[in-house]
Amino acid sequence: MPRVLLIEDDAAVRHGVSLALRRRGHDVAAVASGEEGLTTLPAFRPDIVLLDLMLPGKDGFEVCRRIRADRQLPIIMLTARGDDLDVVLGLEAGADDYIVKPARGEVLEARIRAVLRRTAPPALGEPGPHEPGPAPVEAHGELVVDRAGLVVTKNGQDLALAPSEMKLLLFLSAAPGQVFSRQQLLEHVWEHGYHGDARLVDACVMRLRTKIEDTPRSPRYVQTVRGFGYRFGPL
Amino acid sequence: MTGVRGRAGLRPLLRGLRARLVVAFLLVAAVSALTTAALTYREARNAILERSQDTAINDLRAQINSLAPDLPVPPSRADLDEFARQLDRSGKARDWDVEADYEGVPDNGSDAAVAVPDALRESVERRHVPAFQRVERDGEPWLLIGMPVTRAHDHAPSKLSVYARLPLRAEEANVEELVSAAQRGALPVLALALVPALFAARGVLRPVRKLRQAAGRIAQGKLDTRLEVKGEDELAELSRTFNDMAAHLEENVAELRRLESNSRRFAADVSHELRTPLAAMTAVTDVLDEDAEAGALDPDTASAVRLISQETGKLARMVEDLMEISRFDAGAAALHAYEVDVAEAIRKTLQARAWQGRVTADLTADVRARLDARRLDVVVANLVGNALHHGGEPVAVRLHAPADGRLLIEVADQGPGIDPEVLPHVFDRFYKADSARARSEGSGLGLAIARENVRLHGGTLRAANAPDGGAVFTIDLPLRTDEADEADETDEADETDELDDMSEADRSGEEEA
Repeated sequence: MPRVLLIEDDAAVRHGVSLALRRRGHDVAAVASGEEGLTTLPAFRPDIVLLDLMLPGKDGFEVCRRIRADRQLPIIMLTARGDDLDVVLGLEAGADDYIVKPARGEVLEARIRAVLRRTAPPALGEPGPHEPGPAPVEAHGELVVDRAGLVVTKNGQDLALAPSEMKLLLFLSAAPGQVFSRQQLLEHVWEHGYHGDARLVDACVMRLRTKIEDTPRSPRYVQTVRGFGYRFGPL
Repeated sequence: MTGVRGRAGLRPLLRGLRARLVVAFLLVAAVSALTTAALTYREARNAILERSQDTAINDLRAQINSLAPDLPVPPSRADLDEFARQLDRSGKARDWDVEADYEGVPDNGSDAAVAVPDALRESVERRHVPAFQRVERDGEPWLLIGMPVTRAHDHAPSKLSVYARLPLRAEEANVEELVSAAQRGALPVLALALVPALFAARGVLRPVRKLRQAAGRIAQGKLDTRLEVKGEDELAELSRTFNDMAAHLEENVAELRRLESNSRRFAADVSHELRTPLAAMTAVTDVLDEDAEAGALDPDTASAVRLISQETGKLARMVEDLMEISRFDAGAAALHAYEVDVAEAIRKTLQARAWQGRVTADLTADVRARLDARRLDVVVANLVGNALHHGGEPVAVRLHAPADGRLLIEVADQGPGIDPEVLPHVFDRFYKADSARARSEGSGLGLAIARENVRLHGGTLRAANAPDGGAVFTIDLPLRTDEADEADETDEADETDELDDMSEADRSGEEEA
């Protein structure tokens, strides 16, 4: 059962969301502030954090950065549509996904499941390795990708990638040279329905580049194809 | 071509205030110059002619007085001729031609170029008064002088009369000289008058131009525009009035803006405040639905629970729509545009709502445009939803891109169409086309939001009735692509991306794509 840490200052929302998630079999710890969340984290060891951005005291962005500093567990922001700046800042702070409030229990559930799901190679009909059994360890330039162990190293150094970054890299590198539109990436990597927010992809690409590229300003691995989207390589 | 342009360009020039002022100034200058010249000419001409007449008459009289006593009485023709010759000689300086007549002595068959008019002879010989007359002969001006000679001892009129003819060529030439001088002077005078005319026009026009610029700035919304007031003339008055007007306008607009932003903020605040309890309620509606379906509840309770769950959903949608509208009103709606395949986007919209079976889609392939996919989805979903709900099936969605750089998406239904009275109001907020209609599940903001979304893309959304019945909504968007349009309003993360794109490393990739 996934263990969910919910950080939300409004008591009713906290209660409602906890109730909905518990009904679906999650183990929920709900706290009302960022500080409390950070102190709960080591003891509770959640699989995923649901984080409200509008918190009193230490705000959601700060909490997000603090969690990311030493943990790579999935973080989903709870935001309101139209609080555009919040979404962008939250994504830059390292959140993997966001849920627009108000959200029904099934939406919460679907998002949590999607973020927790281990990454899948590109679907059928798309080029890419489809070998059954454990995937081999691939080398792309200085990057070494262990698909089975979900480890990415560069020059022998383990890279600390957040779940969404890891999934994005695995997805793109499974089909080197193929261009994916932001929309496709949203559907495959984030499992968002259509008309998801393309800024998720952009923000994630930015974060990924700062970790894997030598010079993020002129990327080698994750390249932008103007007007279409992104592709891995060609190196 | 140039003729047309010239005319078009000249007309405003002639109609301009500057031109009118200058023309008026020149007219005044010309009229005064002409009047002065005419008066001067008349006076000068009279003065010249009179002077020459007077001197000629006095000279003649003096000569006659000195010569007439030697004339025998009665003189013979020869005497008279000799007398005339002497007078001619004495008048060398004056170049006159004299004839002398004596009553009773026949004429010598005068061969003079200019005949003496009868009226002159009459006054000289009958009424015994000296007379003169100016005549034209063959275009030459002549002065004729008739002089009756009186007897010295008793001043009684004698039978002798003398006639002298003087050419007035020299005087005429003098006068002509005057005229041509006036003519020659007129043009430079007018040219000179142009200078003060332009200065005067400039003096009047500068404040007018300043006023025009200031009015333009006000029109652009720079309400703090003020004019510098100099002097006490009418233009200064105008500037002062203008400043007063601008100040009042600024005050009123500021007040209106304040009220408007207050009410906007209020709407936004209300929606925002509603959102939190709704977030809590929405989270648990699934729980309610499950239990209601599970039959674990009393039937009344179950239907009450279902009702609460449904209405919570509606309320949540309505609050979302309200928030969306207040974002548009506040100008805070951001466009996250990316290049998308429009046909694909529309197909996805229909699929996501399981409408493929109920809607015929005629979508031109390979139309790529820079759009905010989420907003386009909202618009298309709203239009198709309305068509299915209020119009009549089959509903047709058509996408085509005429060659004029636009992109048209039409949503047509086969229903009764929209009442012409309602048509202008379909995009109004909370406008219910049919007041008797039960409240639909819409918030009453759907079309208003759709229109704002299209507007945000720089397009228009139109509603009309098709000639063969049924309503047609047309989304008309500018067809912009990433290549054609560098300006975008995406967040910083993307902008840094775009900067990356500009690097040489990516150029090769672009060409491959």
